[in-house]
Amino acid sequence: MVQPLDTLIETPSQTAGPYVHIGCIPSFAGVEGVYPQDLGTSPIAEGAQGQIITITGSIYDGTGWALRDAMIEAWQADAAGRFPGQDGADPAVSGFCRFAADKDSGLFTLRTVKPGATPARGGAVQAPHISLWIVARGINIGLQTRIYFGDEDNSNDPLLSRIEQRPRAETLIAKPDGEGQYRFDIRLQGDGETVFLDL
Amino acid sequence: MADGPLMPRRRDMHPVPFDPDYKTSISRSPRWPLLSMESTPSEETGPRFGASLLGPLDNNLIMNYSADGSPAIGERILMHGRVLDEMGRPVPETLIEIWQANAGGRYRHVKDGYLAPLDPNFGGCGRTITDAEGRYQFLTIRPGAYPWPNRANDWRPMHIHISVFGHAFGQRLITQMYFEGDPLIARCPIAATIKDRGQLERLVAPLDMSHARPLDFLAYKFDIVLRGRRQTMFENKPEGM
Ligand SMILES: [Fe+2]
Repeated sequence: MVQPLDTLIETPSQTAGPYVHIGCIPSFAGVEGVYPQDLGTSPIAEGAQGQIITITGSIYDGTGWALRDAMIEAWQADAAGRFPGQDGADPAVSGFCRFAADKDSGLFTLRTVKPGATPARGGAVQAPHISLWIVARGINIGLQTRIYFGDEDNSNDPLLSRIEQRPRAETLIAKPDGEGQYRFDIRLQGDGETVFLDL
Repeated sequence: MADGPLMPRRRDMHPVPFDPDYKTSISRSPRWPLLSMESTPSEETGPRFGASLLGPLDNNLIMNYSADGSPAIGERILMHGRVLDEMGRPVPETLIEIWQANAGGRYRHVKDGYLAPLDPNFGGCGRTITDAEGRYQFLTIRPGAYPWPNRANDWRPMHIHISVFGHAFGQRLITQMYFEGDPLIARCPIAATIKDRGQLERLVAPLDMSHARPLDFLAYKFDIVLRGRRQTMFENKPEGM
């Protein structure tokens, strides 16, 4: 026998299911009037500093079909690399956004400011990126990934550097697609499967 | 003592991503391993929501969609509990959102066409923010079981979906609460994606008569544990020190 540990174990996840929108984006489900507005409709308010960008993409399953029922959450730093709540952070950047894939096309759109590089432990610097969390029917525990940008210097990013198979790092990089526009597709499985994170 | 990185997720204590008995998971589960790393500020920070977000009926699903002041139909229940982290510390001021089917097992969602009727006074969503001790409460009705297209005759046990933020984006969690004594839990392929029996039992809320209100509602207790952060005297020191 040994002494018992005094730590707890995290509550297990369960799928968000097909009706996640009722709880998280009620207007998408057709539930109106419970809250004045959905939570996290935009990560920025009027007057946010930095370059306004729009990221568009789809989430594909292993058969190549775009999910119509996914919910995505994004979290990011402001243009100077400060997270909301940190000293000096841009008050017009909430940094948090919730959005759904379109129920007909499966396309999602995120309009935000491009985040700055952020410091990490041990003096490292993370290249500009947006963290994503994806839930849907058939996803038993939320999937974490990141959007980096093809027009930034990503060469010293500690996370991208950890990806052994270099072509796979490309799955985390949004492709410039016109002024302030980027394309970022997520593949849950199969050819070009996105790198998902555990951190 | 400084707050260090988030404790790594114990994936064996969570559902398996790929489970053939839950058919949709087959094409929606990654095949390659996750990239595991120590958390960074991107995961250790997260959105915070204040009490100013909340309306007075946000945590009362019996009344928050009522058109004319009539309560929702169903067995009235109080759902309550605490949010803690893996260190056993309460998680105060964190947003909890729930959603559920009505007493007949029907969701108010454009994509739900189950033949059980909608309740005109039930929307099916609620939210609240934990107090200083991490406590929360919802007043709602017990949702009905419902059939779903998977194997030929699969039914979901009665359940309430729960979303919790914590204080860090890396703590984000969505789960489901089941009800003590429901025979459908043992037959449910979604519940069965959790392979550790003790972990599944943690999603089953016991009847809690100490919080029931006579002649009004029954109560069920559901505590939630989020990832913790390592706390030692040796965090944030230069390497090798
Ligand atoms: Fe459900």
